[in-house]
Amino acid sequence: MSRHRFAPRRSARFKACLLLLLLAAIGICALTLTGGAFAPAPHRVAVTLLGRGDALASLILLDLRLPRLLAAFGVGAALGASGAIFQRLARNPLASPDLVGFTVGSASGALITLLWLQLGGAALMLGALGGGLLAAVLIAGLAALAGIRGERMIMLGIAVSALLASLNEYLLTRAELDEAQEARLWLFGSLDMLTWSRTLTLLAGCLLLLPLAAWLARRLRLLELGDDLARALGLAMLPSQNLLLAVAVALAALAIATAGPIGFVALAAPQLARRLTRSADLGILAPALLGACLTALADLLAQRLLAPFQIPVGLLTGALGGLYLIFLLSREWRRTS
Amino acid sequence: MAADLMSQDASSSRLAAHGLTVGYGGQPICADLDVRLPDGRFTVIIGPNGCGKSTLLRSLARLIRPSAGEVRLDGRLIQDLPTREVARRIGLLPQSAVAPDDILVSDLVARGRHPHRQAFAGWTEADERAVQHALEATNTLELAERAVDSLSGGQRQRVWIALALAQETPLLLLDEPTTFLDIAHQVELMELLCRLNREGGRTLVAVLHDLNQACRYADHIIALRAGRILAEGPPAEIVTPELIEALYGLKCAVIENPLAGTPLVIPY
Repeated sequence: MSRHRFAPRRSARFKACLLLLLLAAIGICALTLTGGAFAPAPHRVAVTLLGRGDALASLILLDLRLPRLLAAFGVGAALGASGAIFQRLARNPLASPDLVGFTVGSASGALITLLWLQLGGAALMLGALGGGLLAAVLIAGLAALAGIRGERMIMLGIAVSALLASLNEYLLTRAELDEAQEARLWLFGSLDMLTWSRTLTLLAGCLLLLPLAAWLARRLRLLELGDDLARALGLAMLPSQNLLLAVAVALAALAIATAGPIGFVALAAPQLARRLTRSADLGILAPALLGACLTALADLLAQRLLAPFQIPVGLLTGALGGLYLIFLLSREWRRTS
Repeated sequence: MAADLMSQDASSSRLAAHGLTVGYGGQPICADLDVRLPDGRFTVIIGPNGCGKSTLLRSLARLIRPSAGEVRLDGRLIQDLPTREVARRIGLLPQSAVAPDDILVSDLVARGRHPHRQAFAGWTEADERAVQHALEATNTLELAERAVDSLSGGQRQRVWIALALAQETPLLLLDEPTTFLDIAHQVELMELLCRLNREGGRTLVAVLHDLNQACRYADHIIALRAGRILAEGPPAEIVTPELIEALYGLKCAVIENPLAGTPLVIPY
């Protein structure tokens, strides 16, 4: 196959970046499991992971750290993949589920489930998924008047975001104090209260949606050339757009249902991946892996920076993401001016 | 059937529209058009801004569903053909094509192979040859490993044409391919299109703004005004001061181009 000069293939740099990210993920695992207030030696970690550890190590590693670590990877991967699809679909780096209203919509769905229906667990996930899809349908429906792409969708998303954010605040003011407290913590985006059941639901969702996203993402290669050319090359436009949008929204909602609206990972992961790999066709794996590392690293920092006080991870990704966005914009302005 | 498709006398046309009416809601942009695109020829559509040139081109490529009338490709209603099948027969280079950031020339051109590639099959010998030919024909082979962002306007336009060529369609529609190019690159591109038509036997259809280029390179001109055909035929037969005035409201003289012998439009 490699004798073909023009066959589309991944660059060596792209493969090296994937390898690097994989190593980074392993490093983050090691740091998370062996560090902190309870710092077991590596062999104790290994023995515990194999199921032969002592009670204390089993409790902390298997019941507390491992589900949280896996959830951080899952949430980050889902957000990174979701952002990669949104950004290429809209051909705009600002088109991330954070900024275009799906995240706030998912939060509304989750809050309604949490506060009105008094349900948690799987129902909360469904609530977030429903809220996100509803916001997506609303925005896409409004944008359909002007075509689903580009700046108009983002402007509409911002407007719908503002509306739903007000709704979320209203829901919080109407809630009982302790419930509102819990919901507010969830709204920051936090991996504090994770259980195995929620982590497993998340991972099952990722296992289903990420391969689907990777398969559908190949259509982005045509979609991003513009509507007319994509169709002239034989792509069924509307089904492709809708399927991609649905998978991206489902991935974002899955992440949000698990950990609350963790900000900026979906925005930054694909952009970072693009700059690292210098590849025009990112696919899904690279941004998902980068999102996973970013979230797990942010969560590690959130736990350790001000220990024993735990910062909600969403605040950290928000701060990091905000700084990154300022850097990105200032660099692009310098280039264009 | 196969013999029918191969025949290339001027009267045959694989792509034709009958009673074509297209509108984006309410006011029709093209009204009751009958268009036949002669096989193996270079057809140019001219007309003032907003006359429906692009709309006609897009309907012929099945990008817009007509509100009345029909488009037929090889005798069959074009909307009855599978999307991929249409994409193997008609290539379209729209004005709106966007090159993704950082993409390499060869990667962009390879995307033109999409209608020929099977879902889980790899890159085939046919894909490789098609891309090679497309790059050679457009004189972009030496740019293959360059980023599209780094190219000049003329080079970039040739790369887009290479993408359409890699699609290996017998019919190729181009929407204002010379826009934004300087005069030298315009001529270069027109010569390229002419060569593709003469040597490759492709049926070419282009929307052009430059009347004199249209007259010089086209075998067949379709003159559109307000969604209707005012005249069609070989440039030497139809391009007259009366037609130009009726099309554009512009008074002009039409003389013979001393180099090519084709009509030359000179506005007063």
